Amino acid sequence: MLLIHCPHCGPRDEGEFTCGGESHIQRPALSASAEDWAEYLFLRHNPAGVTYERWRHTFGCERWFNVARCTVSHRIEAVYAMTEAKPDIA
Amino acid sequence: MRYSLLSLARKAAQGHRDWPQAWRSPEPKPHYDVVIVGGGGHGLATAYYLAKNHGVTNVAVLEKGWIGGGNTGRNTTVVRSNYLFPESAAFYDHSVKLYEGLSKELNYNIMFSQRGMITLAHTRHDLEAQRRWANAMRMNGVDSDLLSLEEMREQVPALDYSPSARFPVIGGFIQRRGGTARHDAVAWGYARAADALGVDIIQNCEVTGFDYDADGVQAVRTSRGTIGAGRVGLTASGHSTVLADRLGFRLPITSYALQAFVSEPVKPVLDKVVLSPATGVYLSQSDKGELVIGGGLDLYASYAQRGNLPTVETVVAGMLTMFPSFSRMRMLRQWAGIVDVVHDSTPVFGPAPVKRVYLNCGWGTGGFKAIPAGGWCMAHMIAKDEPHPLTAAFGLDRFAKGALIDEAAASGIAH
Repeated sequence: MLLIHCPHCGPRDEGEFTCGGESHIQRPALSASAEDWAEYLFLRHNPAGVTYERWRHTFGCERWFNVARCTVSHRIEAVYAMTEAKPDIA
Repeated sequence: MRYSLLSLARKAAQGHRDWPQAWRSPEPKPHYDVVIVGGGGHGLATAYYLAKNHGVTNVAVLEKGWIGGGNTGRNTTVVRSNYLFPESAAFYDHSVKLYEGLSKELNYNIMFSQRGMITLAHTRHDLEAQRRWANAMRMNGVDSDLLSLEEMREQVPALDYSPSARFPVIGGFIQRRGGTARHDAVAWGYARAADALGVDIIQNCEVTGFDYDADGVQAVRTSRGTIGAGRVGLTASGHSTVLADRLGFRLPITSYALQAFVSEPVKPVLDKVVLSPATGVYLSQSDKGELVIGGGLDLYASYAQRGNLPTVETVVAGMLTMFPSFSRMRMLRQWAGIVDVVHDSTPVFGPAPVKRVYLNCGWGTGGFKAIPAGGWCMAHMIAKDEPHPLTAAFGLDRFAKGALIDEAAASGIAH
C-alpha cells in the first residue's frame, strides 16, 4: 500500500490515485516513420529500479503530476510537477 | 529411470529410499550450441523440444533461482484455448493438444484435468458477445458451447443465482477441453525429460550480461562465469525487458504484479474453472480441496513478487460477490508473479534485434497454458532460424506494421 504525497492535497492513500504509466514520452513529428510511431505508442522503459511515471489524484483534486518510484521496493523517491524535468535519482 | 506402477511398487517396498534424482545439477560447460535464459516452463519446454524434435542436445537452461520458481509456480494452473482470433486460436489449441498427451510424452503425471472452463454472462450484452466469441472459436476449430441458465445451475450450483445478486448470472459458455494442470509437475516433467536427452539445467545462475556485436551474440555472462553460446533464447517473462536492456534493444512490455490466492482445503464444491468478466475474478478447486483464486493485475508497474493489499481486497470482494457462501473461508496463501504485459495481449515471439537471439515473452497473465506450444515453436525457431508458422504473426515487427492481434477480452483478465 502506497502513501502518495499529492503536491496539491498532501499525503493520501493509494486508492485515491490512478497510475497513468510512463511519463516524459515525446510525441514524434507527423512526418515520423512507422517505426518511430510504433516506438512512441508501444515501447516502454520497464526498469527493475527507479521508473518515472504519471499519476492522477482521481478521487481528490483530479490533477496530474509525476512520481519517481522504484519498481522493486515501491519506494517513492520524488514527486514533481508535470512540466518539470526528470530528477536524477542515483 | 522410467516411472510406472511397477517402479512405484518396487520403491514403496524399499521404503522409498533410493529414488534417483530427477535431473542432474551439472557445472556449466564453457560453450553450448544453445543457451536458454529462464528455467520456467517455456525455457524447459524449449530445451526439451530442441533435443526431442530437432536433435539439438548441447543445450543449457540457465535459471537465476530454482526451476519453476517464477511464474510457472505462481500461476493459477488454467489451461484453455478460448481465444477470439485465428492466429491465437491455432497457437493455443496446439498447446491444449500437447497438454492432452503430455503426461505420457514426459512419463510424468502433470495431473491435467479437462474439467471445463466456464465464462459467466451477467447481461444481455455479455450473452451477445459470448455468442460471437463461442462461434468464433468453433470457426477456428476449437470446442465451445453456450450454456443456458438451467445448464449453468447444473454445472456450478454454488454460484449466487438469486435475483438480487450484484451481478446476476443469466448464462455463459464453456470450453469443455479447458481445465487445470499441476504447474510444478509441468516444470519438473519437462526438466526431467530434457535432462534425460542431455540438456544441462543450471540453477542459481543469474545472467548479468551478454557479449554481442553486429554479428550477433557470442556469450552469456552469468554469476557462474561466462558461457559461450551459439544461439540464445530468452524465456524470462516479466524480466524480459531487463535482459533486453543488456542486449541494447527495447520491448513493448510493461511488468506488473499479478496475484493469486489459495483458501484452506474444503470438500468438493466446484469442479469447473469459473470466470466472471464483471468481477474479473476466476477460481477453481484443486485436487487438495483448496480454492485457487485469481483476479486482475495490480495497478502499477512492479517487480515485487508480493502484490498490494488493495488488489487483494478487490479480488476477495469479487469472489464473494460470485460465491457468497465462501464468506467464512480462510485464505491460506497469497503471492504474486511478475507478468509481461503487451498492449494487445498477444505474446512477443520471434527473432530479436540482435542476431541469433530469440524472444519468447509477452504472455501477460496467460503464459502457463502456452508452455507446451511455446516450447515447441521456440525450439523450431532456434533450430531453423525462422519463426514457426503458428507464431509467425506474433513477431516484434507487428507493432510498426499495425498488425496487432487484440485479445484483450479473451485474455481473461482485465489488462
